[in-house]
Amino acid sequence: MSAWEAVVGLEVHAQLRTRTKLFCACPNEFGAPPNTHVCPVCLGLPGALPAPNEAAIDLALRAALALGGEVRERSVFARKSYFYPDLAKGYQISQFALPIIEGGAVPMALEGEARSAALTRIHLEEDAAKNLHVQGETVVDFNRAGTPLIEIVGEPVLRSGAEAEAYLRALREVLVFIGVNDGNLEEGSFRCDANVSIRPKGEERLGTRVELKNINSFRFVRKAIDHEVARQAALRESGGEVVQETRTWDERQERTVAMRGKEEAHDYRYFPDPDLPPLVVDAARLARAEETLPELPAAMRARWVETLGLTAQDAGVLAAHPAIAAYFEAVATGLGEAAGLKPAKAGKKAANFVMAEVLRETATEGVEARFPAAAPEVAALLALVEDGTINGKIAKEVFAKMVATGEPPKTIVEREGLAQVTDTAAIEAVVREVLAANPKQVEQYRGGKTAVLGFFVGQVMKATRGQANPKAVNEILRALLAEG
Amino acid sequence: MSAGRWLDAGVVGAADAVAAGAVTAEALVGEALGRLRSDPHNAVLHVDGEAALEAAQQVDAARAAGEALGPLAGVPVALKDNLCQRGTPTTCASRLLEGWVAPYDAHVVERLRAAGAMLVAKTNMDEFAMGSSNETSAFGPVKNPWDPARAPGGSSGGSAAAVAARLVPGALGSDTGGSVRQPAAFCGLFALKPTYGRVSRYGLVAFASSLDQVGPFARSARDGARLFAAIAGRDGRDATSADAPSADWEGACARGVEGLRVGVPRALLEGASAGVRARIDAALEALKDAGATLVDVTLPHAKHGVSVYYLVAPAEASSNLARFDGVRYGLRVEEGGGLDAMYEATRARFGPEVKRRILLGTYALSAGYYDAYYLRAQKVRTLIRRDYDAAFEACDVVATPTAPTVAFPLGERTDDPLTMYLSDVYTLPASLAGLPAISTPAGLSEGLPTGLQLVGRAFDEATLFAAAGALEKAFGPLPSPVPAGPGEHAGEEGAS
Amino acid sequence: MSDAELSPDEVRHVARLARIALEDAEVEAQRAQLARILGHMAELDAVDVEGVEPTFHAVTEAPLRRDEVRPAEASREALLEAAPREVEGGFAVPQVMEGDT
Repeated sequence: MSAWEAVVGLEVHAQLRTRTKLFCACPNEFGAPPNTHVCPVCLGLPGALPAPNEAAIDLALRAALALGGEVRERSVFARKSYFYPDLAKGYQISQFALPIIEGGAVPMALEGEARSAALTRIHLEEDAAKNLHVQGETVVDFNRAGTPLIEIVGEPVLRSGAEAEAYLRALREVLVFIGVNDGNLEEGSFRCDANVSIRPKGEERLGTRVELKNINSFRFVRKAIDHEVARQAALRESGGEVVQETRTWDERQERTVAMRGKEEAHDYRYFPDPDLPPLVVDAARLARAEETLPELPAAMRARWVETLGLTAQDAGVLAAHPAIAAYFEAVATGLGEAAGLKPAKAGKKAANFVMAEVLRETATEGVEARFPAAAPEVAALLALVEDGTINGKIAKEVFAKMVATGEPPKTIVEREGLAQVTDTAAIEAVVREVLAANPKQVEQYRGGKTAVLGFFVGQVMKATRGQANPKAVNEILRALLAEG
Repeated sequence: MSAGRWLDAGVVGAADAVAAGAVTAEALVGEALGRLRSDPHNAVLHVDGEAALEAAQQVDAARAAGEALGPLAGVPVALKDNLCQRGTPTTCASRLLEGWVAPYDAHVVERLRAAGAMLVAKTNMDEFAMGSSNETSAFGPVKNPWDPARAPGGSSGGSAAAVAARLVPGALGSDTGGSVRQPAAFCGLFALKPTYGRVSRYGLVAFASSLDQVGPFARSARDGARLFAAIAGRDGRDATSADAPSADWEGACARGVEGLRVGVPRALLEGASAGVRARIDAALEALKDAGATLVDVTLPHAKHGVSVYYLVAPAEASSNLARFDGVRYGLRVEEGGGLDAMYEATRARFGPEVKRRILLGTYALSAGYYDAYYLRAQKVRTLIRRDYDAAFEACDVVATPTAPTVAFPLGERTDDPLTMYLSDVYTLPASLAGLPAISTPAGLSEGLPTGLQLVGRAFDEATLFAAAGALEKAFGPLPSPVPAGPGEHAGEEGAS
Repeated sequence: MSDAELSPDEVRHVARLARIALEDAEVEAQRAQLARILGHMAELDAVDVEGVEPTFHAVTEAPLRRDEVRPAEASREALLEAAPREVEGGFAVPQVMEGDT
């Protein structure tokens, strides 16, 4: 066992899902052609002024409520000054001494055990523009400039790459579920920097920390931190000292590498932004945020297990994505109502069908998902099984046709004559035909080889094109064979 | 009567004449353009002839069609060159913005257009509004129309000189620490620095955001009130813009001062020259004769105004001017080297005064100095604000000179920035407190204008207009510093 | 009132923070004036500010804007036209490395 303890704290930048930017009315939208979502404000033109977007404030409040942070009634926007081409005004509007949220924690599970990791603060700030590199020049696209962010600063309480990964996954899940962030690491709407240091086990004092920047996947976060911890330990063990610096993960080389050294220590000259009076969150605004806070994923999973009859594992699968979770709930509720089932029964049946049939055909993109058929239609299909109109096997066929044609299940069942035959007289006639046509097998059955029953069932189902009620077929077969 | 006479009739006079059909907007604009183009005082940086004439024709067509006209319909107005006007150069009298054409309108510009004003010119100023004499302009100093060897005051010296020289009947300036009031005093004009938040700063190139306000220049309080009414009001694009009710400011000018309590901080008046003090005493007597009472008040912390202001304003300015980096607009200087070399070479083109204030402000905000300088200054600012709160228990307006002296000779203080700063002593406290303040002519001293400054309660500009109106009535109009209808002939081409 | 202590290196450091190139003569000229100005401001040290809140803002509460997209007040063409150097619809500068500045 290593003699070193890793000390890791994460800083996460999460873009807020507003319609417009934090301080201007430009669309907050990824992927537009360069510099099409720009205006005097986000381009930092002379004379332009910031006007704060209330939706960004409300989403930050949601995050505070979900993570248990304390909301400051009067928070203050501050200017953070430095020169960089992706910064339009020569300063970033952020929060410094008085952030909107303090404290809170990320609820996470580590090897099946519930734990929570404390947060220092959450503050609002504007995103920078994007520097593109074009043939020996840097070209700046300001579409992203001014996008609202919350920066979630975690306490240095994580002890390994795996813990950091679990923390990030849990945090992302919460933010995505409450509609604050779309959780897209590739597009950079959810970004993570890690402060990593080591200390001898049992030591309280923190070691010199290294900042790991631009790590854009969960896997890389784990690997980067573990490699960095190992690098620092090797360095210390060989008598070296850790230097305070910024490093990044080089996936190709599988190691962290130092980013270009800074010529001078930063002096950001933070001061309250005189263009922005204090941000006041009154009780009414906070109450509204509480009323509109969606159910958190952990609570949702617990409720499903308790009231919808799901296993913890199934609940985990269905709650992995907010749109799928909502879809599943709609199917379960629709089925319960249409078939008069108890929630536990409807939930179980809906879960089985959604996991077995629907998810295979579902595509997710960010917080959106494209389903092969609408939830009410799937509920209607499962209700047809419940009332005996069709059996489970036919349901899968009907579902395939629903996906292909977009028609409601009832239309397909009626047009194709797929309704189950429950008329015992009709089934009995078919059974008699089948028995008459297969005297050898009848002999075998009566001679004690009852396994041939399956053969007869198959023949009957074939003759009825699968529409005979299997239960009825079984009963009638047994009765007639016993008669003989 | 010729267009020149109507142009000399002031803001309200010209608007009335256009409304009555006594003169066309086109003739009025033509006359103003002629005078602006032959401006001998270097007051004007850009004349917007074509667009203004087109706008004038629209006013004339609207009148011919019987449509209702705006309160400033046909009135030529000049704008300080730190106000963004779409399609028009906006330089802030700086090399950094030379040639930059604003792609949008400032809020006040939108409001002036809506009121029917003719936007004829952009005026010279101290670079980025940093100066008290108009000598820091990258495009040369402005001459005072009362004496071309003297400064017109600053930083809105071009707007003041343009109105004093009767190139236009009214103009807008901006006031951060006295930049409309002091030039108004030096040029014999009325000017108002509105309550902070009364006028949107959107589109005003920022100097010090917690202090900047746009204000009007005119030759009478009533003319100033007409301009002020056009530009005042809430704007959602400026988070510091207030939702305060407007008042009948024009009407207030004729209201009189019966019962008005004028607070006089005697100790502060000691700092003014004897000539200025004599005029202030005369003005106070005149207000008393008109029914006001004089009350002694003290503003014990006002004397710290210079120190507080010259920390707070440069600190904010150092940040506000960081955007002039040669990346998105304006000047870029590349002399080889990388990005940082480009930044430094570009920003080396600020003038010495702007550099000084950026250095001073950067220093005041930098690690280790923030508490001692910036934070401390902001605390003393609170004390200055409280002094006014206390004074307004006993009076309705506080009277002082606008400036300690009459207009000083050009070049006298350019090598002595501290002395220049100290001359702002009377105007800075009201700026730091966010209060409305006017400068109104207090008569001539040795042939040069003096100004009385009156500071009012927040959003009580009406009382200031009443006092200014009363003083004008008592003193009568100042003589014109320029021959009547200067360059009148030059505008005849536009007259119908 | 005496001048504040201010070294040429301090002036250079502040100029560097502000990204302003200063010639040596300028450094000395600015240093002398700034030292005089800061020397005057030392008078604030004598003011009792115990327990006094700073006035950062003249207005006490920021009004909030509704989250609605509005068309930009300036055209993209006009905005890009102002660029000292435009490349492929973007604002071009000398190449920067990640981690610069």
